[in-house]
Amino acid sequence: MTKKVLIVDDELNIVTALEFLLQKSGYEVMTAQNGDEALQRVESFAPDLVLLDVMMPRISGYEVCRRMRERADWKHIKIIMLSAKGREAEVSKGVSLGADLYVTKPFSNNELVGKIGELLAGA
Amino acid sequence: MLQGWVIVVTSFAYLGLLFAIAFYADKRADAGRSVIASPYVYSLSLAVYATAWTFYGSVGRAASDGVGFLPIYIGPTLMIALWWIVMRKILRISKQNRITSLADFIASRYGKSALLGGVVTVIAVIGILPYISLQLKAVSNSFSIVLQYPWIIMPAKVTALPILQDTALWVALILAAFTIAFGTRHLDAAEHHEGMVAAIAFESLVKLLAFLAVGVFVTFGIYNGFGDLFDRVAADPKLSAMLTPLEGVAGGYASWVWLTILSMMAIMFLPRQFQVTVIENVNEKHLNKAIWLFPLYMLAINIFVLPIAFGGLLHFPGGNVDADTFVLTLPMFEKQELLALLVFIGGLSAATGMVIVETIALSTMVCNDLVMPVLLRLRRLRLNKRSDLTGLLLGIRRGAIVGILLLGYLYFRLAGEAYALVSIGLISFAAVAQFAPAVLGGIFWKGGTRRGALAGLSAGFAVWFYTLLLPALARSGWLPISFMEQGPFGIELLKPLELLGLAGLDQITHAMIWSMLANIGAYVTVSLSGTQSAEEHRQASLFVDVFRQSGEAGGARFWRGTASVPELYNLLARFQGTAAAESAFQDYASARGLRWPGDTLIADAEFVHYVEVQLAGAIGAASARIMVASAVKEEALTLEEVRKILDEASQVVIYSHRLEQKSRELEAATAELRAANERLKELDQLKDDFLSTVTHELRTPLTSIRAFSEILNQDPDVDLAQRRKFLGIITKETERLTRIINQVLDLAKIEAGRAEWSEAPVDMRELISDTVSAMSQVFQENNIRVESRLPERVTPVKADVDRIIQVMLNLLSNAVKFCRQGDGRIEITLTEDDHALRVDVRDNGPGIAPGDEQKIFDKFVQAGDTLTNKPQGSGLGLYISRHIVEHHGGRLWVQSRPGEGACFSFTLPRGRPMESA
Repeated sequence: MTKKVLIVDDELNIVTALEFLLQKSGYEVMTAQNGDEALQRVESFAPDLVLLDVMMPRISGYEVCRRMRERADWKHIKIIMLSAKGREAEVSKGVSLGADLYVTKPFSNNELVGKIGELLAGA
Repeated sequence: MLQGWVIVVTSFAYLGLLFAIAFYADKRADAGRSVIASPYVYSLSLAVYATAWTFYGSVGRAASDGVGFLPIYIGPTLMIALWWIVMRKILRISKQNRITSLADFIASRYGKSALLGGVVTVIAVIGILPYISLQLKAVSNSFSIVLQYPWIIMPAKVTALPILQDTALWVALILAAFTIAFGTRHLDAAEHHEGMVAAIAFESLVKLLAFLAVGVFVTFGIYNGFGDLFDRVAADPKLSAMLTPLEGVAGGYASWVWLTILSMMAIMFLPRQFQVTVIENVNEKHLNKAIWLFPLYMLAINIFVLPIAFGGLLHFPGGNVDADTFVLTLPMFEKQELLALLVFIGGLSAATGMVIVETIALSTMVCNDLVMPVLLRLRRLRLNKRSDLTGLLLGIRRGAIVGILLLGYLYFRLAGEAYALVSIGLISFAAVAQFAPAVLGGIFWKGGTRRGALAGLSAGFAVWFYTLLLPALARSGWLPISFMEQGPFGIELLKPLELLGLAGLDQITHAMIWSMLANIGAYVTVSLSGTQSAEEHRQASLFVDVFRQSGEAGGARFWRGTASVPELYNLLARFQGTAAAESAFQDYASARGLRWPGDTLIADAEFVHYVEVQLAGAIGAASARIMVASAVKEEALTLEEVRKILDEASQVVIYSHRLEQKSRELEAATAELRAANERLKELDQLKDDFLSTVTHELRTPLTSIRAFSEILNQDPDVDLAQRRKFLGIITKETERLTRIINQVLDLAKIEAGRAEWSEAPVDMRELISDTVSAMSQVFQENNIRVESRLPERVTPVKADVDRIIQVMLNLLSNAVKFCRQGDGRIEITLTEDDHALRVDVRDNGPGIAPGDEQKIFDKFVQAGDTLTNKPQGSGLGLYISRHIVEHHGGRLWVQSRPGEGACFSFTLPRGRPMESA
């Protein structure tokens, strides 16, 4: 069964790149460009994994992650947080909010795809 | 044989022997081959706990209370088991902070408070007076008794004797002379008295031997062993009650418990015990041996107490021989002259050991923690300017020794007859027990505050005074008996021996319960309800976390300032002499692979801390702090406040109201300092935020660039259209990255004040139209109409052409970004008045929300949460533009209403010289 990935980032270029990459890797892809949209998409698209950017206007990635983790029926969804900030404080914050992984930008395409594969295999 | 002169000569000979041992040990120490670096010597020195009280008084107590004399020795034995935790911590803390006395320890923990040090000293001195008088009483009594040989006559009441014939006075004076000779021949930086330690280790052996000798004699010489003795006692109806342990003690269980607790406190907090256990300790490992050797000693010296007591009761059934004297009178009765002499010397030894160590410890406290802080603040004496203070310090100590002993004698005359020896001693135990909450709380609870400790100590001491000391005076007739029996002014609830109606307990237990309640209660409540100063906080961490610290550097972390090495050297030399200062500096240098003098030492935080710690060894932590602070310019509010306090204080009496006031002011200043610190932290935070944002701004385009590059590199199946699209994005993002980098660099240069500014006459008209044409393509692409309203001629202004162009470009590109889509209109106006030129750039975009007008000029802030893409800028443009305009002496601002577009305006003054960068 094809796995579904939701890409959330307010930078259109990054969304484009990730969309291309993940589709090529065989995933069904949906995108969102802010927090509200992201939560709506999770509801409607029911992804298996969410790539979540941290720095977004209005609702930050952390908030989205927190809200996602509040829902019991969404607990199975894997969350990878993406951020241009790599400070330790940020990483542990992300992990403590329930993210499965925290990746700093810029990232290596191969590694990211690999990690996504791992997380989804475990499911 | 037992004639007066024999006794006197033997006594002096013994004291001379002690002195010789001390002298020899000191010499060996100076040569670097210390005699006392042995755990056995250390353990024996701890036995100074056993004084004339043990020697004479235990038997006395056993005779009346049977086994009830034991708690006083069970306590220390139990405490030793806890030493592994408590004493090790105290030892480590004291070594690290160069603690020189118990008062120094407490003062240091609670923020190096000189006030607290003084209070502790006063409590210690007053509290120990009974104890000292006990020793005097024991020695003079035993002397009188032994003089009467072969008669056994109890010595006359002390008050009946005129002063100059009172042996006790002479004993006091002789002991004072000896103590001065023992302990004040020179000043040691760490307050080590190696000679003294060796001497009292020796005398511990002597008193043990003497006691064992008389014990063996009584048990096996007079009677036929333990069995025989106990049988006889059991057979006697009056005495058999003593064989039941708990019956014999007034108050039963409660008494036992409290007496044990009391002696557990005493083994730690008696100034002499603190001195030999902590200050004189040269190696932490010695503690391990002491933990079992000391209880062994206690056992040995107590084995024969009961037998001797029983022997005495059986021998002198009438009760006219004081039980306290059995140790001496038994051999006398049996005509054993040599043994009696040995016993006398043993008792003298026990008393001397106690007096010497106790008075040395007390005089150190009086000098370092009571007198010196006061003297240092009295500007009149100009102590800062005196070049050598060692003489003064020694003089103060000697005076203190004499004073303390005379006071001890005074107590002896006033109240010494009231009780038996043991009870007198317990009064002192109860006094030093008051230090327990402050010390134990201090090393385990960071929340203990200076105020709390002061409150606890004062409360506990007050209760002690009221329930133990006053009654002693009353019983000796110095206060009316009605005071005791009906309470002061007839208030029954305040009866000193039955406060608030708590009756049925013996006096000590009663006093302990109330004083500990008051002490701990006050300590905890006041600590919890107050705050700590920065210094207190620092010290609390140093103490409680001592096992987690990395050595002496721990204290140096919290300091900022400037100092000079020569100044610090002089400071140290003033108090410890040049030789000590030299060697201290050399040690410091060689530890860092340098040589001194020769290489330059850096007066950094660590160094200053090192000097302060060395200094504390001579004059205590609180005074050292003051002296170092005065020699060093600190970047802190506290120094100014301390200076003000030092300047203003003229008469500092420990409990004076004014001193309390100044302490409060100091704390207010510390609060200010904390606030300033907070502000600094905020600024720091802002800086961090800026860096974080820049990092983010740089990494974001990099992410796209990398992602697309990797895709194009690794995927062979990208079709042409996509390839071109992706490469286009890479290019754009690279440009964006470049722009951001340039702007950040620009920003950095401007903020560092290192931007290069050129100056030339600029024709704004030309500049504006040139800029507009340069951007014509962009306007075209975005379908924007540009209208320029420029006057025919304008006065040239002196400005940096390129930067002004930069400002125009920034404003115009902002306008382009925000113009109404498809129907954009930008209007540029140039006007001139008497003072300046003014440029307005108006667009017909969505406008700026009220409240955002100022924010958009901040770094990295961009207007509008657009539902489309984020604007392609970096957020720095307006910030830099404003900086540029202001540099020229002008202003940059915006006027806008939502829905009606925005109008950015800036002015350039005419004929005003440019500000320097």
